Amino acid sequence: MDLTAPVLTGYGMWAPVAWLAAFVAATIVVYLLWKTGESSYKKGTEQGRPYLSGNAEPEKGAVHIRASNLYWGFLQALKGYYDAIVPLHTGILTDYMIWFVAVTAVLLVIVGVLS
Amino acid sequence: MTLADFIVTNAPALLVAIPLFAAFTCPAIGRISAAARNLWVMGAMLVTAAIAFILAFRVFSTGTVIYVFGAAATHLAVPLDSGGIPIRIIFTVDAMSAFMEIICAIVGVSVLLYSMSSESHNSNLEGYYALFLLMITGVFGMVSTGDFFNFFVFLEILSLASAGLIAYRIDGGLAVEAALKYFVLSTLGAILVLFAIGIYYGQYNALNIAMIAQRMQFSMLDKIALVLLVAALAMKCGAVPMHFWTPDAYSMAPSSVTAFLVVASQASLYGLFRVVFTMYNITMNCVTVGWIIIILGVLSMVVGVTMAIPQKDIKRLMAYHAVSQTGYMLLGVGVGLAVLGNATLTSAFGFMAMEGGIFHIFNHAMYKGLLFLTAGAIFYRIGTRDLNKMGGLGHTMKYTMIFFIIGALAIAGIPPFNGFASKLMIYESVYLFNPILAIIAMVVSILTLASFVKVFHSVFMGPQLPEYADVKEAPLPMLIGMGILAAIVILFGLFPQPVVDMLVAPAAHALADQGGYIASVLGGA
Repeated sequence: MDLTAPVLTGYGMWAPVAWLAAFVAATIVVYLLWKTGESSYKKGTEQGRPYLSGNAEPEKGAVHIRASNLYWGFLQALKGYYDAIVPLHTGILTDYMIWFVAVTAVLLVIVGVLS
Repeated sequence: MTLADFIVTNAPALLVAIPLFAAFTCPAIGRISAAARNLWVMGAMLVTAAIAFILAFRVFSTGTVIYVFGAAATHLAVPLDSGGIPIRIIFTVDAMSAFMEIICAIVGVSVLLYSMSSESHNSNLEGYYALFLLMITGVFGMVSTGDFFNFFVFLEILSLASAGLIAYRIDGGLAVEAALKYFVLSTLGAILVLFAIGIYYGQYNALNIAMIAQRMQFSMLDKIALVLLVAALAMKCGAVPMHFWTPDAYSMAPSSVTAFLVVASQASLYGLFRVVFTMYNITMNCVTVGWIIIILGVLSMVVGVTMAIPQKDIKRLMAYHAVSQTGYMLLGVGVGLAVLGNATLTSAFGFMAMEGGIFHIFNHAMYKGLLFLTAGAIFYRIGTRDLNKMGGLGHTMKYTMIFFIIGALAIAGIPPFNGFASKLMIYESVYLFNPILAIIAMVVSILTLASFVKVFHSVFMGPQLPEYADVKEAPLPMLIGMGILAAIVILFGLFPQPVVDMLVAPAAHALADQGGYIASVLGGA
């Protein structure tokens, strides 16, 4: 059994061990490049504090961007879709049952009549 | 007969007998002490898992294992005086069944180990562990049985135990409401399954899957039975548009239970595949039924991921992703089914699509189980599932964060984790069938990554919040439970081909080979 054998998909292949070797090699190159840079960071000095145009730093909790603020643009762009799809998730059991029965009925027509 | 011989010979029966016995004796053992109860439950799970591996090894080495209850010899499927009908209860464990048993064993052990810590502060743990072991019994029974009425029985055991555990925390009635929804829909689905079984029994005088498959005529009654089964089992595995119970149940159950509910859903998926491939196969219109499964898969992928993105509850978000990932499995296996009648297309890409879908079942159980366990660890420490109230936990819950990253990258199909390998198999084979479907699958993966970036940022990134200054890392048993699944996610991602060769391809062959399944049961009569 060859542990490192690639996955042949019939269209292409995937060799994760080779990919990992390339990834490690690239990481080493990046690390070596980074090491050649000049270290100017001094821990515990003003360098480590955020500069907010002279304003005081807000509370820790206030600067964290919360989940609801993320992907606002995505949700706005797909507002029409979400306006249609979200209300379908009513949380009402009878609605769930109607969907189940309706899908069964549609499948009965497709399989029973059309196939 | 030595003990080892006894175990090997009776492994299919022990697989359900041990957790069943442990479940019903658990309350009595719990009267002794909590430590004795934990030892009893964990011991039963470890022994059951070991038997599952022994049985799987036997199946993958020597072929399908038949176990006939009450017969003079365990392989005598058809008694001489039964008129050629296998009247006894029969377990038929082929490579696909063994594949599912391995999943159940790994996730069962990980989740139970995790539960030892995560549920330690709760009351009525005897009931919790008894129901959990009944879930294990239900899944092992569903994937092992070769008798359709028994499939219904184990489905009911699984549904009842799952409903009990979804309601376990009560949570001001919300968990009970979620369990009620799950229970009512499961019962409705079970009634359809029972009705379909009645149709088969009325037509073919048989409940044995191999016997029904051999006599299958695809009459109008068979078409009705097929639809009832497809609808019921697709609903049970959370396919859109019958997925509505999933976010409710997954989010309100304890996270350890949710991780195993993923496996429970996959047992229904197994049932769906068993019905269309083993019972009907090319006697039905494979193109029509294949496309029905493909459409259910695409709807599940798209609706699941798009509904996940705006969620604010971490477990509801993950539940919608579970729906989305189920779509990949339906897509892959659906494509395999759609071209089943065409040998050229099957060998060109159909079989690869099936392998991708089946491999994804395994991968999904591991990384989705892992993600739900990380969500549980977070809830265990900070007491909320609201993403808007979280932040900065990466400062204190470093191991949980690493496990979350592994799970998130795997579910998004990022190399070199296991999700990438199975998704690549699905993308490339489905592309040859219909490029648009493959493109949709890839876009869904991108959206999955985007969604988990949001979760990662919301939970772990940012400054350490004052309200969580005292938060500690999750307890060791919980970390070990997560660690087992994370290790498998990495190993199966780095070495996918041996897994495909040893587990996935035999499972796909077993599923597609209707003649082999029938011969394994009836051929030795």
